[in-house]
Amino acid sequence: MAEIKKLVLGRKVVEDLDEDQELPHELMTVNMGPSHPAMHGTVRIVLTVDGERVVESDVQPGFLHRCFEKESEYATYTQIFPYTDRLNYISPMINNVGYAMAVEKLLGLTDAVPVRAQYIRVIVSEISRITDHLTCVGASAMELGAFTPFLYFLKAREWLFELLEELSGARLTYSYVRIGGVVSDLTPDFNQRLTDLLDKIDGVMLEVEGLLNNNRIFRDRMEGVGPFSAAEALSFGLTGPCLRACGVDYDVRKDNPYLVYDRLEFDVPVGTAGDCFDRYLVRLEEMRQSIRMLRQAMRDIPAGPVIVDDPRVALPPKKEAYNTIEAMIRHFKHIVDGIRVPPGEAYAWCEGGNGELGFFVVADGTGRPWKCYCRSPSLINTQTVSKTIQGHLISDVVPIFGMINMIGGECDK
Amino acid sequence: MARNVLDALTAKFGGAILETSSAYGDDVAVVKRESLLDVAGFLKSDPAMAFDLPCYCTCVDYLGMEMLTVSPTTPLAVPSIPSALPPEAPRYAMVYELRSIKHRHRVRLKVPLHDNDLKLPTLSGLWAAFNWLERETYDMYGVAFEGHPDLRRIFMYDEFIGHPLRKDYPKERRQPLVRREWTDE
Repeated sequence: MAEIKKLVLGRKVVEDLDEDQELPHELMTVNMGPSHPAMHGTVRIVLTVDGERVVESDVQPGFLHRCFEKESEYATYTQIFPYTDRLNYISPMINNVGYAMAVEKLLGLTDAVPVRAQYIRVIVSEISRITDHLTCVGASAMELGAFTPFLYFLKAREWLFELLEELSGARLTYSYVRIGGVVSDLTPDFNQRLTDLLDKIDGVMLEVEGLLNNNRIFRDRMEGVGPFSAAEALSFGLTGPCLRACGVDYDVRKDNPYLVYDRLEFDVPVGTAGDCFDRYLVRLEEMRQSIRMLRQAMRDIPAGPVIVDDPRVALPPKKEAYNTIEAMIRHFKHIVDGIRVPPGEAYAWCEGGNGELGFFVVADGTGRPWKCYCRSPSLINTQTVSKTIQGHLISDVVPIFGMINMIGGECDK
Repeated sequence: MARNVLDALTAKFGGAILETSSAYGDDVAVVKRESLLDVAGFLKSDPAMAFDLPCYCTCVDYLGMEMLTVSPTTPLAVPSIPSALPPEAPRYAMVYELRSIKHRHRVRLKVPLHDNDLKLPTLSGLWAAFNWLERETYDMYGVAFEGHPDLRRIFMYDEFIGHPLRKDYPKERRQPLVRREWTDE
């Protein structure tokens, strides 16, 4: 690319044109977003382009800022669950689990959570991971003109949403996890329904892979677009499928096994080039691995309670709360004062849909956190966009941004 | 294994490490602000440390914090107040979490900061991830990062006054961004 001359828009300096008859070009500023069909969520990219090529870009998040941290400081520990639902709204269960793990760490309850509850958490997390990847791959394919995979994947996503809706009562904002366990046991036919669904999703994935993997247009738009080296990716704090596509086998579920992930057998797929096509392949394989984990978890899940038997943490059973004064008072104190967490600060992290999702909680001994920071993978991953799209065409912004899978709610908190 | 990081830091930097702890399995080193760059550079480049993955950074505002103790044995523990923070204690603490993919260890650095002197050197030159993370911290807490290449607000708009996550910023305060066209009528 010839050296770009900074020219004032609309004023060409003719004598600056170089000899080899290159067409006069000038830099132009183009706003992409905040509300653009190809932008997941609301984010604005100010592109400085030279013709079709991106010279410089400024990614500006923040349009969906809803003061997650400030609101959390005024809510009891249990009241924060609905807020976490709204961080990454296509895999809310993982947010629930991640936040609960941070508070349990402060309470010293990490190992006291009943095994059945841990299995349930793994099951809902992996279902959420599948819905997350389905959305990411489906939406990205649609933005590249392949509409059918989008419809197939969203149909499959809806099956899983229906299953989780049956479990929690809400289609998206589940608030299903509680500190010390989960709010209710699995529904009686959950196992059978999930097993049936997994078979169906396997079929849908085969269909979509057949449509995309060797599709000339899709591969041309994805292969070699936005490659990232492992060292650079690490320096940018990239985690999740995008980091694994660069060839780094970092997965929190293997690196620091939480819940019952150490009892499940699964592989961590890695890519080689770190380009968009690798990111796509890693996501597809991760869905396969999640399905594999779900089958194992459904087979191994033991019977037992689903929330820790600790009066400081768990609400009393409804029957007791309505019939005995002690349980009634306990229930009241729980709702009004919240769970009292001993002073301290802890960071707990888990593998979210897009990377390492962590919560750094500072407790001061009251029922409300002093600070609740969310390490949102979307924010940190989105930072790489301006670096990756440099020198690419404007049309490449779409797959690069799609494969980063920036979720506005999580990125902007 | 992770204890090694804290031991190595204490051995190398001595007085610059004010305190180390390992509560909840999280290794924390409290670092003097003046030595932050040296400590971070050592953690990044030393082969035995090799912290290559920056995790997050944030700030904690301790203004008005009273530590309540909760006894683990009593159900619905009644808090008692052993000690409030001394008045001369630093109001803020900057928190950095780093991780090493190679050695599978991690560490958290804390830098105490006083209210009237809320600035510290940027780490965005060492790990690119801190560019946006420090912008976020600046936006929310007003910590000035010296040498940061692009210290702008990231979530709030430029016209916003104050830093919303400081404890003295009331939650109810609204700052709508309205553009009014005044006409002479």
